[in-house]
Amino acid sequence: MMGRPDFDAIAQWIRPNTRVLDLGCGNGDLLQYLTDKRAAKGYGVEINDENLLASVRRSINVIQMDLESGLSVFESNSFDYVVLSQTLQAVQNTELVVKEMLRVGKEGIVTFPNFGYWQHRLDIMRGRMPVSEDLPYQWYDTPNIHLCTLKDFETFCARLGVKVLERMVLTRGRVIQSRANFFGAMAVYRLQAS
Amino acid sequence: MNESFAPNRDPKSVGCVVPQIMHFDAPLALKSGATVESYDLVFETYGTLNAEKSNAVLVCHALNAAHHVAGYYADDPNNIGWWDNMIGPGKPLDTNLFFVIGVNNLGGCFGSTGPGSINPKTGKPYGASFPVVTVEDWVAAQARLADHLGIQRFAAVMGGSLGAMQALQWSVTFPDRIANAIVVAAAPKLSAQNIAFNEVARRAITTDPDFHGGDFYEHGVIPKRGLRLARMIGHITYLSDDAMMEKFGRSLRTGNIGYHFDVDFEVESYLRYQGDKFAEYFDANTYLLITRALDYFDPAENCGGNLTQAMAKAHANFLVVSFTSDWRFSPGRSREIVKALLDNNLNVSYAEIDAPHGHDAFLLDDPRYMGLVEAYFKRVVAEVSA
Repeated sequence: MMGRPDFDAIAQWIRPNTRVLDLGCGNGDLLQYLTDKRAAKGYGVEINDENLLASVRRSINVIQMDLESGLSVFESNSFDYVVLSQTLQAVQNTELVVKEMLRVGKEGIVTFPNFGYWQHRLDIMRGRMPVSEDLPYQWYDTPNIHLCTLKDFETFCARLGVKVLERMVLTRGRVIQSRANFFGAMAVYRLQAS
Repeated sequence: MNESFAPNRDPKSVGCVVPQIMHFDAPLALKSGATVESYDLVFETYGTLNAEKSNAVLVCHALNAAHHVAGYYADDPNNIGWWDNMIGPGKPLDTNLFFVIGVNNLGGCFGSTGPGSINPKTGKPYGASFPVVTVEDWVAAQARLADHLGIQRFAAVMGGSLGAMQALQWSVTFPDRIANAIVVAAAPKLSAQNIAFNEVARRAITTDPDFHGGDFYEHGVIPKRGLRLARMIGHITYLSDDAMMEKFGRSLRTGNIGYHFDVDFEVESYLRYQGDKFAEYFDANTYLLITRALDYFDPAENCGGNLTQAMAKAHANFLVVSFTSDWRFSPGRSREIVKALLDNNLNVSYAEIDAPHGHDAFLLDDPRYMGLVEAYFKRVVAEVSA
């Protein structure tokens, strides 16, 4: 069941029996995990036909739409949590998506690979685009168009007036406490509109 | 000759089917205030009702279809059910697992009591005196049929277009009698443009000199000109611009422009053919009734237009499907339904199938659409056997 280290981090922050919306829910893995572990009432947003089918197969509620054009079918504050797991870096309209997630959700949970991770920096120093466990793509086939570091993301939040409620930084499933922007491979943020 | 036995070669066909008729003596009070004293409903069933009577699926028809949903008739093997690609052993709605019911709605012209039926009080066809029926009335009549078949709760009610509206209506009229609603190519109510198209079709019929105010039966005529035009205009709305262009382009019937007003373009020929065919079998009064039922459909009418409030009564699980090229009931209309379901915290999945065919796509074999319905029914099977 566990495929991604950020699932546990997300699940920890989700109170039982709450309503969760997963943006870019893929095949429904995270929603299944949250339904099993947290008795969440889950919905997913997904654009890909195969992922949609996979979610329907396992009885995950899934809405086919392009989150790039907003979340108009969802009422403001209608979810306890809106999750954007490993999707932020692949989104075109980053600002719109983050604003929409915090309109629809009382809280937002965002996870993304940290571009400032030391291995990534090392790759750049060696003159190559970073390729790692959390950034497994080559430059020519990557869906990631908006990569950022923890610092970049926090600056972005401040500019949008988004409040960071909590942050957890992970490297291979282990929590990184100090110099997170250097030693952390993946970030998990809990956010709120202010 | 081989061609006519084609259905027999489909190993996933429900095979040869026989319609049944059920007579109802208890009067049915209609939404309009009128009453139908007694009536028949013609229906077909496929598959086997389980001992718990929990595996029944009601399939509701749209404008020009009826109870013949799947299979073929012994004496007419080319008359294949209108949703035969969807329903059968091993098909998305699997008749090895479900007991499927197709019913011709009240006011229809394929065997259920309608304007062309004899009014027992007068000994003459009802004609113009047949009352206007609504989607709510159809659902009430379908529920009575379910009562007689011993079905307390449907595993699913399913339909496309106007059929989907009936599934939606079921979920609010009889929330305890429907576990799942499969709502394909629907709208929560008609737009002004939708009503306008219906009105053109109705005017074509009612202004046909052979219509005789709806009592054409006793004159021994049929308002075929009106029916043809009604079908032609309807047909245009079922296809997308791209699908029409793809199918006909600007192809000419004879290869040359004729400088006349008879058929020049292939698309004209096609529409005339569709119109002629339709006028041979469809009742003009039924066409008026069904388009009116469409116009009047609005589950939110008693909630000040608030669909979220209207759907608050529902507790079924929903699968909503739309098609990107459907301009009659565009994906935006389905999203209105989805929003109302989400607002009520109901279980809903929504697919927007990228298909080029327009509204008619709900009858066609898109593998994504078929796969999705199949996957959804696998869930329903799990519920039924749980």
